[in-house]
Amino acid sequence: MTLDDKDRAILNRMQDDLPLTSHPYVAVAEELGLSETELLDRLTRLKEDRVITRFGPFFDAAAMGGAFCLCAMAVPVENFETVLTKVNAHPEVAHNYERTHRLNMWFVLATETPEGIEAAADAIERETGIQVLRFPKLQEFFIGFRVAA
Amino acid sequence: MIDAIDRQIIETLQGGLPLTPTPYAQVANDLGLKETDLIERLSALKARGVIRRIAAAPNHYKLGMTSNGMTVWDVDDASITKLGAQIGALPFVTHCYERPRALPDWPYNLFAMVHGTDATEVEAKRAEIAAILGDACRAKDILYSTRILKKTGLRLKKKG
Repeated sequence: MTLDDKDRAILNRMQDDLPLTSHPYVAVAEELGLSETELLDRLTRLKEDRVITRFGPFFDAAAMGGAFCLCAMAVPVENFETVLTKVNAHPEVAHNYERTHRLNMWFVLATETPEGIEAAADAIERETGIQVLRFPKLQEFFIGFRVAA
Repeated sequence: MIDAIDRQIIETLQGGLPLTPTPYAQVANDLGLKETDLIERLSALKARGVIRRIAAAPNHYKLGMTSNGMTVWDVDDASITKLGAQIGALPFVTHCYERPRALPDWPYNLFAMVHGTDATEVEAKRAEIAAILGDACRAKDILYSTRILKKTGLRLKKKG
């Protein structure tokens, strides 16, 4: 799909927080000089076209007493799809990317308890026979995740 | 740390917030809560950092940001806090973390995500990072993402 200027303005604004008010989209629409209906129609279309992968609260598992951990595996190319199916079957795998490196599969585990990370990573090792390297964050230097549309 | 009602709220909202004029009223109704109670609970969850923000997750690829590089650096431990903050503050760095090394295979302890419309743009940004790190950086690499294999965000397991 082609994005016009209004779509881009919406994408930029909607990466920031939505107000916690009865009619939250009205406030955003006013900021953007749109009607509420037009904003909602465009957001719906952006979501249907997968320009927006998700719209809603961003949860921090750590603040709920849980944990996140970046993990990496060196998956033989010939087994990639088989291993992928096994890894992605775990609901703890929040996202997963193929990358250009000997360590070619990088995924984030998000669990409700710190112990859940080790349990999920160990299970993936058992099921695949491949070592799961674990890279928990030691320090976070920036939180705001924004892409200029 | 979260009670049963918060948990229900999180389970309901992890799929997303409705794109309708009164989304909180709609969700509250589904959960048998009053809209004001839901908004109050969401405010409390935000104050505690359980909810970081209510926002859109954009698809980089569809926005033309087709080149996504995870730049990784082996930075002197004594300097990483200071240098990490400088790298994290760069406008084009979207995520920046110190993580443990996995020696001998993986000497890198600083991870900074960089996005661009092509590899040339990403490499230029990577060079800016290298210039800031200077001699404190002993080794570096970049891992481009070639495929999104999964992207769902946090999912709570159903309980009970």
